[in-house]
Amino acid sequence: MSPVWLNLSYLVAAVLFILGLKGMTRPRTAVQGNLFGSIGMFVAVVATLLATGVVGYVWILLGVLIGGAIGAYFALTVKIDQMPEMVALLNGFGGAASMFVATADFFRNSNVASTDVIIATGISALIGSVTLSGSLVAFGKLAELDFVKKLKPLDNQQIINAGIAGVLVVLIALLITHPMNFWLWLIVITALALGYFLTISIGGADMPVVIALLNSYSGLAAAATGFVLQNNVLIIAGSLVGASGLILTKVMCDAMNRSLPAVLFGTLGPTADGPSAD
Amino acid sequence: AGLALVQGLTVFALAVFVGFEIITKIPPTLHTPLMSGSNAISGITLVGAIFATGAKQHDFATFLGFLAVIMATVNVIGGFMVTHRMLQKFKR
Repeated sequence: MSPVWLNLSYLVAAVLFILGLKGMTRPRTAVQGNLFGSIGMFVAVVATLLATGVVGYVWILLGVLIGGAIGAYFALTVKIDQMPEMVALLNGFGGAASMFVATADFFRNSNVASTDVIIATGISALIGSVTLSGSLVAFGKLAELDFVKKLKPLDNQQIINAGIAGVLVVLIALLITHPMNFWLWLIVITALALGYFLTISIGGADMPVVIALLNSYSGLAAAATGFVLQNNVLIIAGSLVGASGLILTKVMCDAMNRSLPAVLFGTLGPTADGPSAD
Repeated sequence: AGLALVQGLTVFALAVFVGFEIITKIPPTLHTPLMSGSNAISGITLVGAIFATGAKQHDFATFLGFLAVIMATVNVIGGFMVTHRMLQKFKR
């Protein structure tokens, strides 16, 4: 498929995503909205499979079969009252996917990548990793896994989080000046730690809000991946989810009498009496 | 490269505004399904994973892409199916 048809397919997919999200805000149209979203995804994926530049299919099809089987198994076996933790788990997978796309592309193209692509790669790996570890902690807390229950935030957690965020800024700068895989993987590891620490101090009752925020992050990670690959449908769908997810987080905060900044900086919950260290 | 960045930023900024405008008043019963449905859409990173895997230039990059395809497909298939199950009670 030529780039013209590919991008026209992406336009169709983007419109379906917008109609789908819009539909899901009303009870009457919600089922149809989800259907629109899934059709949009189907269009985008099929067009991509036919795109010039995609030549090896074995690993793609194997991956789709494995992932599809796992996803369907999760979806069919989860109990209806376990839905929020299932969303958290699935969201973690999405974040991991963005992180792996960024690292794969960097492995291949780091010697030819321009500065803006390198920045986008770092951000994609960073947000994807925060989403991954944060979502897994949220899942573990809601599923009441024993070893997650034993995990406690550190003393001065907010200051430590701010320190980790500072380290990440330095690592991105190092990635720009020295585009080496080593720095990118260090960003992944550090961001995994940040996602863990941001979520570990939040109580189980407040988790739905945190999952909504992490969902917004996974959208932003996909959008950043779009900048890495210069791909419109990734940028559009990712930023749609990023923006609508942030508004949904705010709406849910209001409904639960929580403050959005407290969620953003991980100060929600019983340990929230200290000032935010952002 | 500069022009591609500006075009990307243009698309990004406009899509962010659309994303903000879509979500207005949502009944609380739709909070979780909407979160789940938009989470499935964020699985669009599957498109990037397909490019990363299908380019076939480097074994290790292909392997990372393969992992990305698995994870993104779990997100997409699981996401849309879970959302569909949650929305059954809204079916007319």
